[in-house]
Amino acid sequence: MKFSILINEGPYQHQASDSAYKFIEAALEAGHEIFRVFFYHDGVNNSTRYTVPPQDDRNIQVRWSELAEKHDLDMVVCIAAAQRRGILDENEAQRQGKDGDNIAPGFRISGLGQLIEAGIQADRLVTFGD
Amino acid sequence: MAILHTVNKSPFERDALESCLKHALAGSSVLLFEDGVAAAVDGTAYADQIKGAMENVSLFVLGEDLKARGLGEHKLIDGITVVDYKGFVELAGKNDTVQSWL
Repeated sequence: MKFSILINEGPYQHQASDSAYKFIEAALEAGHEIFRVFFYHDGVNNSTRYTVPPQDDRNIQVRWSELAEKHDLDMVVCIAAAQRRGILDENEAQRQGKDGDNIAPGFRISGLGQLIEAGIQADRLVTFGD
Repeated sequence: MAILHTVNKSPFERDALESCLKHALAGSSVLLFEDGVAAAVDGTAYADQIKGAMENVSLFVLGEDLKARGLGEHKLIDGITVVDYKGFVELAGKNDTVQSWL
């Protein structure tokens, strides 16, 4: 079965990032496919590579990048939500005249159409948020 | 159409569970997780409402989130099924769609 995942809450805000991560792990373990993980609203804050949590805490952002690499996940960040919150890739940083980008490995910035497609293409869309 | 409803907030904080139970049709499943697990405990102000709903819908609770909050399985309302993340995934697959009450 194909799952798409929508994450609407930032890391360390409450529990959505952790719940979504564990759901995805369990789904992959059971042999399901993850069509896409879409980060929307404060969820885009999962995608900055500048997070530096204490060493004895889980690093939610790095954990996403590692999971994406291991399972070839398509992790998409909403562009409008990202720009509001200062999440930029190289192209957007140049286009907006900013001095650097901060998107973490494994994430890509795109539009809401990607969420609609994720809902259409997957058998189930599961939302995590606050 | 069978729907899996997920509720992640305590009924003492938000009215998501109440809205969910009002909308859930007979044959649906409701999964309590994150702070939503508080509703699975027997003896609370919401226990009767949940027991009433269980005549038509199946109630599930995520064991890991229950344990994280120090809520033992012996405290649960009779008839609520404890699942793990594997069970969560199975519920999502078994139902036709998943509705998250945020």
